[in-house]
Parts: sequence; C-alpha cells; structure tokens
Amino acid sequence: METMNDDKPRVILEEYKVVQNLPRGSTVFTEQFNSKNFKKNFRIVIIRKENYEMEFDMIGIHPFLANTFRRLMLSDVPTMAIEKVHIHNNTSIIQDEVLAHRLGLIPLRADPRLFEFKTSSNEANTEHNSLEFELKIKCSVNKEANKKDSSRVEDMYKNNNVYSKHIKWLPTASQKENLQDSNVGPIDPDILIAKMRPGHEMDMKLFAVKGCGRDHAKFSPVATAFYRLLPDIKIIKEVEGEAAYRLQKCFSPGVITIRNEPSGKKIAVVNDARYDTSSRNVFRYDDLKNCVVMSKIQDHFIFTIESVGALQPDVIFKEAVRILRDKCTSLLDELNLS
Amino acid sequence: MNSEVMNEKFVSEIFGDSKFYHQPVKEIEEKWKLVPAFLKIKGLVKQHIDSFNYFINVDIKKIVEANDKVTCDADPLFYVRYTNVHVGTPDVDEGFNISKPTTPHECRLRDMTYSAPISVDIEYTRGTQRVAKKGLLIGRMPIMLRSSNCVLSNKSEFELAKMNECPLDPGGYFVVKGTEKVILIQEQLMKNRMIVEEGKYGVQCQVVSSTHEKKSRTSIFVKGNKYFMGHNVFTDPIPVSIIFKALNIINDQEICELIGIPEVQKLIPTLEECHNAKIYTQDAALVYLGNKLLAKRYAVSASKVKTPSDEARDLLMTTVLAHVPAEGYNFRLKAIYLGLMVKRVIEGQTDKKFLDDRDYYGNKRLELAGSLISLMFEDIFKRFNWDLKAIAEKNIPKIRASQFDIVKYMRSDLITNCLVFAISTGNWTIKRFRMERSGVTQVLSRLSYISALGMMTRVDSQFEKTRKVSGPRSLQPSQWGMLCPSDTPEGEACGLVKNLALMTHITTEVDEYPLIRLAKNSGVQDINMVASFAIHSPSAYLIFLNGNILGITNNYKKLIKVFRLTRSKGYISGYVSIYPNHLHKCVYISSDSGRLCRPYIIVRNGYPLITEKHIYELEKGIRVFEDFLQDGLLEFLDVNEENDSYIACYERDITMQTTHLEIATFTLLGVCAGLVPYPHHNQSPRNTYQCAMGKQAMGTIGYNQKNRMDTLLYNIVYPQAPMVKTKSIELTHFDKLPAGQNATIAVMSYSGYDIEDALIVNKASIDRGFGRCLVYKNSKCLMKRYPNQTFDRIQGPTIDLTTGQPIFKHSSLDGDGIVSPGELVTNRQVLINKSIPKMSSVPGSTTTSMEYREQPVAYRNDEPSYVEKVLISTNEEDTTLLKVLLRQTRRPEIGDKFSSRHGQKGVVGLVVEQEDMPFNEYGICPDIIMNPHGYPSRMTVGKLIELLAGKAGLTEGKFHYGTAFGGSKVEDVSEELVKHGFNYQGKDFFYSGITGEPLEAYIYSGPVYYQKLKHMVQDKIHARGRGPRAVLTRQPTEGRSRDGGLRLGEMERDCLIGYGASMMLVERLMVSSDQCEVDVCNKCGRLGYCGWCNSCKTSAEVSSITMPYACKLLLTELQAMNITARLTLNHYCE
Repeated sequence: METMNDDKPRVILEEYKVVQNLPRGSTVFTEQFNSKNFKKNFRIVIIRKENYEMEFDMIGIHPFLANTFRRLMLSDVPTMAIEKVHIHNNTSIIQDEVLAHRLGLIPLRADPRLFEFKTSSNEANTEHNSLEFELKIKCSVNKEANKKDSSRVEDMYKNNNVYSKHIKWLPTASQKENLQDSNVGPIDPDILIAKMRPGHEMDMKLFAVKGCGRDHAKFSPVATAFYRLLPDIKIIKEVEGEAAYRLQKCFSPGVITIRNEPSGKKIAVVNDARYDTSSRNVFRYDDLKNCVVMSKIQDHFIFTIESVGALQPDVIFKEAVRILRDKCTSLLDELNLS
Repeated sequence: MNSEVMNEKFVSEIFGDSKFYHQPVKEIEEKWKLVPAFLKIKGLVKQHIDSFNYFINVDIKKIVEANDKVTCDADPLFYVRYTNVHVGTPDVDEGFNISKPTTPHECRLRDMTYSAPISVDIEYTRGTQRVAKKGLLIGRMPIMLRSSNCVLSNKSEFELAKMNECPLDPGGYFVVKGTEKVILIQEQLMKNRMIVEEGKYGVQCQVVSSTHEKKSRTSIFVKGNKYFMGHNVFTDPIPVSIIFKALNIINDQEICELIGIPEVQKLIPTLEECHNAKIYTQDAALVYLGNKLLAKRYAVSASKVKTPSDEARDLLMTTVLAHVPAEGYNFRLKAIYLGLMVKRVIEGQTDKKFLDDRDYYGNKRLELAGSLISLMFEDIFKRFNWDLKAIAEKNIPKIRASQFDIVKYMRSDLITNCLVFAISTGNWTIKRFRMERSGVTQVLSRLSYISALGMMTRVDSQFEKTRKVSGPRSLQPSQWGMLCPSDTPEGEACGLVKNLALMTHITTEVDEYPLIRLAKNSGVQDINMVASFAIHSPSAYLIFLNGNILGITNNYKKLIKVFRLTRSKGYISGYVSIYPNHLHKCVYISSDSGRLCRPYIIVRNGYPLITEKHIYELEKGIRVFEDFLQDGLLEFLDVNEENDSYIACYERDITMQTTHLEIATFTLLGVCAGLVPYPHHNQSPRNTYQCAMGKQAMGTIGYNQKNRMDTLLYNIVYPQAPMVKTKSIELTHFDKLPAGQNATIAVMSYSGYDIEDALIVNKASIDRGFGRCLVYKNSKCLMKRYPNQTFDRIQGPTIDLTTGQPIFKHSSLDGDGIVSPGELVTNRQVLINKSIPKMSSVPGSTTTSMEYREQPVAYRNDEPSYVEKVLISTNEEDTTLLKVLLRQTRRPEIGDKFSSRHGQKGVVGLVVEQEDMPFNEYGICPDIIMNPHGYPSRMTVGKLIELLAGKAGLTEGKFHYGTAFGGSKVEDVSEELVKHGFNYQGKDFFYSGITGEPLEAYIYSGPVYYQKLKHMVQDKIHARGRGPRAVLTRQPTEGRSRDGGLRLGEMERDCLIGYGASMMLVERLMVSSDQCEVDVCNKCGRLGYCGWCNSCKTSAEVSSITMPYACKLLLTELQAMNITARLTLNHYCE
C-alpha cells in the first residue's frame, strides 16, 4: 500500500502487518525533545469520567512517555491492601492460605496517601502504616419458624456466605479521629469470600498495609490502565450500494455512515473512526480491501483508566505523574551527587 | 398414454414425489442424546461392576455347587455338603463378634479392607448325626464399590454425601488395606476357538481349551505331508489318524469324511501312518497313545494305577480338546471337532485367506474383575475344601472325648487372606491352571478425576513388553468404536495398554441352554444325528455355539434371521451375537463373557428405526435407553457381528444395504481423548500425548476430596470448566470436576525465555490465583503393642529449661505430642512425638524395662507445610493409627509444567510483570505468551480452533463445543467474532508493554484451556556442594531425597576424555568424589598403612599415593578373597 502523505505520524494497518508511515514534517518521533515545543503541542482532553472509569486523550507525546504513565499506574501507584492475616480460628472448608489470598485481593477504601510504607515486614504496625480489620463470623442453622420448609440455603442457614461487608474496621490509636468510618473498609460490600455451613466459624484479624503493584497485583490501584492509538480511516475509493453496507458492517457501529448522494447513489463515508476496534474485517472482502486505508495516529493516545475504587482515576494519573517527577528528581540528585 | 399418466399418478400417490427418492435420509438431530442415556444405565465402569455382580450373585453359587462336597477317606460316612452360599454386605468387626456396617470412605481412612462376609449353609455329619448349619462364615470377600452388595449402590446424591462419597466417583474398584485397587481389564486370546495360523512347521490350527477344571492347548499341524496333533500330555506329535482311531473312528473312509476335503489324496500319507504302526482298532491306538504319555511327576498309590491305555483314554476325554464334551466315552463330537481342525489346516495350506488374525478383536476376550476373582475364589475354595479334608482325615481316626466337628476347623482367614493378598499385591496365582500373573491390580491413580476414570477403562494385554513385535501394538481396524485409538501410553507399553471407548460394553456370560433350544427349533440338526459324510456337504453350514459344534443347517439365513429377531424382541439376551462366516461355511453364535460390544441404531430398508419422535420421548423422560433395546430400535453388536453388518456413520451415508447407524461418532474415542477439543484437526500423536498428560493434570479429585487423606493429592485452587467443551466432557462430568484453567494466551515471541516450548506467564495473573495449587501429603504411624505387654507411646513436647518454651523440634506439637491442625511445620520438626520401648536383650525375659527410645515422625522437606488435619483411629487389627495430613499452597514459578489440551506441554520460562506484557485495544494483556514455533511442526490445528471458539464464546457468553467430528465450525465462530467487533481471524492489534509502541504483527490471542501438570520444580530442584557420602564406597550418595551428588556419567566422561581434559577428569572422578590417601609398599606392591608395610615388616619403601576409595576397596576386597593385586609404582616424570 502506498504511503499516506500528511503531517501526522501514523501506522498503517495492512492485511498481514502494521507498517510505519513516514510523515513529511517533523513529529515527536523525529525531533529532539524540548519542553517549549512540547508545551505547545501537548494536549490532554478528558472525554469521559465516570465514578471509577475515565477516558482521556493525550495528544502530542512520544509513546515512551505515554507508556511510562501507563506502567506507573499499573505498578507504582500505591494502595492499601490486606497483607497479613492472623487466623485465630477457621473451621470453614477453605484453607487458611487461600482465604488469606482471597482477602488480600479485596480492594480497600483507604487513601494510601495518608499512610507510610512499611520499611520491613518486621516493622511493628502503627496507626501510620497499617489498618486493622476484623472478620468474625459464624454460620448457624436458621431457626426462624416461617422458613422451616424452605430448602434454599439462604433460608436454612445464617451467615452461610461470607461477604466483604462482614469485614469490620478496628481503628487504632488516633485513626478514629483522623479517618472517617465511611472512608475505610472494603469498597464493594458483596465480594464473596467464602461459603460456610453450620458449625463453620471464622475469627481473624486482618492487617492492611501500603504497597505497590510490583510487589503484588493486589496493590495495583487499577483494574487496568491502558491506552490505544487514535484510529483513522480513509476511504480512498468510492464504495457504493450494497458494498457500502458491507463496508459499514466491517467496522464498529458508528464508524461508517451511508450518505445518500443526490444522484441516488449510496456511498459510504467515514463518520467517526475513534471507536473502531481495529478489527480489520475489510480484508475479508477482496473488492473492499483496496478501498480503505486504516491507520492509527501515533502521538494520539486514548487512555482508559479503570480504577479499582481506592482512588479516583484522575488521582491515580496525577499520582503517576508525581511518581515520575520524583523518580526524575531523585535520579538527577543522584547524578549531581556523584 | 392415458394409462401411463394414471400409472405415474398412482406411483406418486404411494411413493411420493419421485424427486425426493434420491434425497439422503434426514439427519436425526440430537441422536447423540442416546449416549448419556446409555451411560446413565451402563456407566463408564459398568463393565467392572456388571462382571463383579455376576460373580457375586451367580458365579460364586456355581463354583460352590461344583465343589459342594467334601468327603474323607478315613470315614466313608463323613461328608460336608454346601447347600448355599451368600455374600453379605460390607461390615467391620468391632471385636466381641459384633460387626457394624461400614462405608468405603471409613475403610479408606482407617486403612481397612472394604469386605463382606461370605457365608455358607452346610450339611455335614458329626459322628453319626447329620447336622445342618446356616450362615457359616468361611471368609471375607473384598467388595467392589458400587456393586450390588456395596452400600453405595442405588443411593441418591444426598445419601452418598452422608457417607462421604463423591456422587461422580465411578466405583468399580476395591478398597484393600486403605488403598484403592483396580483390577485392570485383561485382554487375552479367545478360548475354545480354532485359530489357524503360520506356525513352526507351516500352517497349524490351535485350540486353547478352557473349562472350569482344565486348561490345555491342542494343535494340529503339518510336518512333511502328514498331519499331526500336538498336545502337552503327549511326548511326541501323534499322527492324526491314530488319534481318530483312538477316538473310535476306525474306518479310514469315515476319517476322510470327517475331515471333509475334496482332495482325499492329501490325507493318504497320514492314514498310512496308522498302517505303518499296525493300528487298526481303538484299543491298539490307545495302547500306542499310552506309550507316548508324559511321565507322571508324582507316584500314585498302587491301588489307583491304571493301565497306560486307560490313562490315555481318560486324558483324551478330559484334557485333549477339554471343552468338547465326551460323555460316557462317546468321542464322536471330539472326532468331528478334530476333523474340522484338520480341514482348517488343509484349507490354510491351500489359501492364505483361511489364516486367522491373532490381533483381530473378534478373536479376543477381555477378562474383568469378576472373572479374575472367580478364578481366584474357585482355587482358594478348592484349597479350603482340601484342607478340611486333610483335617478330617487326620482327626477322625483319633479317639477324642468330643465328637469330631468339622465346623470348628472351618476358619475364615484362609479365604480372606488369599483374596486380600491377591488384590493388594496383584499377584494372581491360580494353582490348578499353573497360572502366575503379576501386576493384575494397580493402585487407583487419584491425581485427577480423569486419571481415576481413565484407569477404570484401561485394558492391559498379556504380551511381553520387551518384545519388539508390531502386530499386537498396532492399531487394529476391528478396534473401531471399541477401544480408543488415541489413548495409549508412549514407550514400552505402547499399543499394549489400551482404553475402552465411551460406549463399549463388555459382555457377561449368558446361559447357553435357551440358545441351544432356539437353534434346534430354527432348523439346526443336532450334530450327533448327522452322518459323517453330511457334515461337510457343500450346502450345509456348521453351527457353533461358544466354540462347540452344535449342528448343521441348510438354511443358515433363516437361522440368523430368527436369532436376530428373537434377540431384538428380547426373548434372548441382547448380548448374544450371531454371524456367518462364509469362508468357513459356519455360523458362530457366542454368548460367552468378555466380548466387546457397543450399541447401534438398526436401519431397515434404508431408514433408521429411530426417529425424532423417539428422541423427543427420550428428552421428555418417557423413554430410557432400555426401552430402545426392548423395542428393537437399538441393538448391541460385538466385533464379529459388527463385521457382518453395514454400518453408516451418518444418515447421509445410508444406502439400501445399510443395516445399522452409529449413535454418535465421537463415542469412538475414550474418556481421556474425549477431553481434547477438535481432536479431528490434530495430528494423531498429539492427541495421544494429551491422553497421557490429562492424567497428570492437577484439578479436582472428587466432591469428597477434602475428606480424603491420601499419601499425595494435588488440587488446584480455582479450577475452571473449559470454555470449549466437548460432548464427552459433559458425559464424563469433567466440567464438574475440572482440572485446569482458561488462560488468555497470545501466540507471539517474547524475550528469549520462550524457546523450546517455554511459556511466559503474567505475574499479575499468578498474583490473582492463576495456576495456584494445593499439595497434600500425609504421614502416618501405628502405635504397636508388643508381646511383652509394652506398647508405643506418645509424649508431649520437650521443654527447654532456660526459656520455658518447647524446643525447636517440638515447637509445633500440641500438649498431647501430636501436631495440631493449622500449625506450620518446617524441616525436621516433629509431627508425632512417638517413642517405642527398648527391646530387652534377652528374648523371652518377662522383665518389663520401662525404657523407651524416641522414634518421632518428623517432617522432611525444605519447604514448610501446614497441618490440615489429624486423624486418630484404629485399624482392623485394633492398633491405633495416626494420620497427619499436611498441606502446601504453591504458586506457579519458573520451571513449573503446564500443558494445553493438545499435547503441547511447556515449562514456565519467565514470569513477567503485568506492565511489561503486551496489551491490546481493549486493555487485555495475556496470562500466557506462547511461542508460535510450537505450531508448525506439531500441527495442532485443534488448539488454534479452540482459541478461536473460546474467544467467540467469551464475546457471546456461552460455551462452544469442540466435539470430535463435529463441534462449532470455524466459519460460524468467525462470524460471531466479527459480530462483536473482533477480527475474524482472531488476530488482535497489540501494543508492546515495554516500548509502548504498536507491534508490527497482529497477535493471535484468546482463551485456551491450560492444565497444570504435577511436575513442579519445587519437588525436583536439587544441588549440592558437599554432603553425605555412602558408607561403603565413600562416594557421594545418590538421589535428591538423600541430598546426593550430581553424577558425571559415562557419556559426560567420554566428552571429557575426547576433549583431553585429563586433570578435569581426575578432579571430577576422584578429588570431588572419594579421594583417599593410601600407602603402597614399593617392594611387595601391597597396601600398607601408616607408612608401614605389614607383609614386608618395613617402612623403608612405603610411599603414599592418592586413589579413589572405590579402587582401594577393590584391592582390599580382592585380598579378602585371597587374590593379591600388587601395585607397581613409578615416578611420574620417568
């Protein structure tokens, strides 16, 4: 496929591989980084921000930087998670280690910025580096008379399911004053931890500490954080009639629309390529595959941050930026020292 | 013209539009639903249970009936007669003659045998009285789980759960001394049938006769131009003509008639033998045979000695062709049989097509648990009776105060011990057949549900594993549908160990008598009524019933038709098979046990008898599988009859000749191969590899896995049902007890750590529980009691006096000296602080010294474990039994083995952080990255399709099917992907997680079912710098368990020699191993010590050299044998 001539750096999605397209002018890829230019060209556009999910565009940045933010969000932004479990009693069928592992993966509502890292695992728990919880629950036979005839487990037994809402926060020292009750605890109340039957019992103390995703995925503040490049689709040959509808089907809904020409022809035109999934299904049709050029703009990143709930997605991003800054300054400090 | 139109109209009225004549038969949708219906009543291991039930309810009675009388030479009036035998339900002895019913699980936990009492009703004489006694215990019979006498039979899921039993557990095995033992299905050549084949001298015809009493082999072979009979009771081959004379066929013409070949001249040399030996009468022939008898090994008392000719006559009756009856010395039937054998040999000489194939599955019989135990039981029962007789003979002549009462001498331990011993060791010794077989039973592998199930369908053949023969190992066309073509081990047992296919049924014995009657009523002339010349007349067909000649018929078609009709109507057993052999001009009827058979849909006139309506009724539960058999819609065909039928695989293949239709084609595979999705797209060895690996996959063992205390048990923490299922998976309930997880894989290269099938695994996936497994091990000990009133004891932990805490070794012990559940134990810590009494040095001394020696049960493993639970109980001998179950949780690490379901195994090569993993447009990063080089040479297209179907299943939220010879089609699956905005080829656009830039290639990615195999580095990792040495040779010990050295073997040594690294060799083989300083006397060349030569009594010429200790040991050992090895020393530089 012939290269496209424009100013933007892009990759072209061919049938069997992705090829680089060389733009005429200079781009972030070719020119040396300078902050003035960067400031001029760089833009962030927030598209969508829901409770735990956020989508924004980052334009005019080199992929290494965009990727750095993604990586930092995944594994360097700290959160609180249950790390140590003191099991006093566990007569349920779930094994102690597995139970502890499950507890660790429960996302906790606690602002990690208010806590310090534990320097070593032996360090004593203080109000500044840990949170203490309690999970104490016992399953018993439901004695309520009106539900005697039911054979549904939830009617027959009490506490047969242990949910994350059963985890109780035990504030230590001044935590009670400094933190609000609503700010600490499991984010989702309905995470199933274990199933029990009468006679089963759990009694344990859970200790949450601050950690980062590199240690264990449970500390990661995001379910996932990723970006994709902005797709750009160009129809280079007119597609009309039945083929146009076929072309429309090859892309995600809304990408291609059919325009009714005054002449009565129905031709396919690109409406909005942003939400195309790069499925490249045009290549199934021999007659269509030469009509379209699919490409992606290489310095336009569509970020999606799916927060686990401890931090707002925008906060996570800001944290990531801060961490990068800290890392840079500490590197510079180190360099200056020597 | 008019009439033609009329005619056409008439025809179309009756037969419908002629356009539709050539249309294929409409496919019966969902006819595979017959398979679950079949499995519901037959089950996967029904053959084991059926055969055991037959033994316990029918065969055992027959055996006791056949050996029902014990007499005694000392007292002619004495007798014991068994009138009835009965096997009860399993129970345990609680002492004081109280027994309580038990469950298999209790036996597993308490190391007991799950057995039921065998009780007999007897009638015997005590003195002059006749006494009858009922319910006398003669022994205990281990009971097969889920058999008719087992407590688990016909129980609901809830009742099973109450008994701690998994409802999905197939049963069919025994619990002996706490271990689960399977009696493997044994494959062997058919008994009582003629096999014509190329032998030592040329064509020979062989019959292995087997009755309850005897087993013998008779063969007819040709040597020169004469025909001989060989049998192991005779020293030499006997000319056939002489045998005929001995069988009272004196007339040469009749001999020729019985052999019945047109070219009589071929028999002339054989007949001449008779005249050469001057044998013209039966008596003369018997005398001749009497001289050829094998000398008896033991002398018989003089009173019983028979003349050689009488002996020969007896042998002819009982041993030669033992299965052919010769009542009242009427040898005619044997003569006819012998004649036919000679005929077969002659036919085999003229045309190779008359030769039989040993490997043909119609000529094989499978021996199951029931028949094996029945052989064993009969043997023991005979021994039991013989012992009783010996006791009676010894005791009756003695004069005693009380009368001799045989019941007092009937002890139950002989039968019990013999059966338990046989099943627990697998040594099957049958004295009367001189049969000695080992490895008949195996411990049921509980690695995963599938491995247990796979073991229950395993078929072992008797061939030697070391022999390099291809015949018995290769895939036989007649295996079709009966034995799985994929499931066989690799290596030495390849092709010898097989597995049953999904719908295979193994027959049990059916009574012959009704069959004989039916045959006679359908125009079969009794063989005894037929003149010799008529037997082989061209129009006649010989009728065989289980290897015996029944008669002849001139209308074999009618006979077969009648038989098949009565069978489909249910008047005779559905497992009786009848088929003609036009080459032999015979019709064979079989009703014996051990035939392989499977059900087929009957097709009549080009239409299958089963229609949509029937299937609808089946779905609604109006019909069950047996109704189909009753209504004659389905029938069982064995291998032989299968080969006489035209069987269509699909409805579209049906022609007018077709007689049967397959129920479902995927049933041709077995249980293990059934797990593979799209196996028909894979290269065949890959499916075989998966069959072997599926048995090593960790997963779930059963619903009762948490109640078990096995020596080794692997579980996966979060097992998942596969995204791409097969029908077999649902039928075997693998989706309820799965062994694996659906991993999102990306087929691409990543770093260099993925070469040679290594996998790259996402660390975040591991953190979130991927491949996490539990390993359970147990340690147990017995608290023994000793004859001198002492017994083992357990003491509490030893307390360190300074700290007041238990010492490290005892730190996890509870107050009672046994570890408590939930405790962490590390290497060398004590689990049970047991001590045993010191044996007093003087045997028989009654002084009870209260001295004890510590013999704790310690934990030996570098990785710590948690204590899951502790069991304190007693075993059958009432000895206290302690079991401790230990648990480890392991997360995947580099070196752990994983495998997909397509024989694609690999170890973890690198664990990568999530941020370094590539991600796609949806932000998905794979759990596993697999190198694409795994595909081209392996050709596992099935895996590619599994990925695609799995991915489509994810988008749709449903499971796709990858059933063999069917399953979701790639086209449909692709369409589904397109519908949800995915690439139709399953290739996604990925970004590198390291650089953040798009990858140049599109990556094939999606979910694939991955199994974690039991091989984990943690159990194998081993290295040592220095460590223990063997006492004798002073060389480093061997093996990981003994912290052994790493061996530099012969081949490595060869490399070093070839390279010329001699000092390296010295260092590796001596310095780092067993270097030793020795003093050698230069004068005598012998070894000295401390610079002194003891033989020369001097220290003058003693020099010290280094050599391997093994060499020094050799020299001294030689000296001990009076051989002196003298060393001559030279200076290195000279």
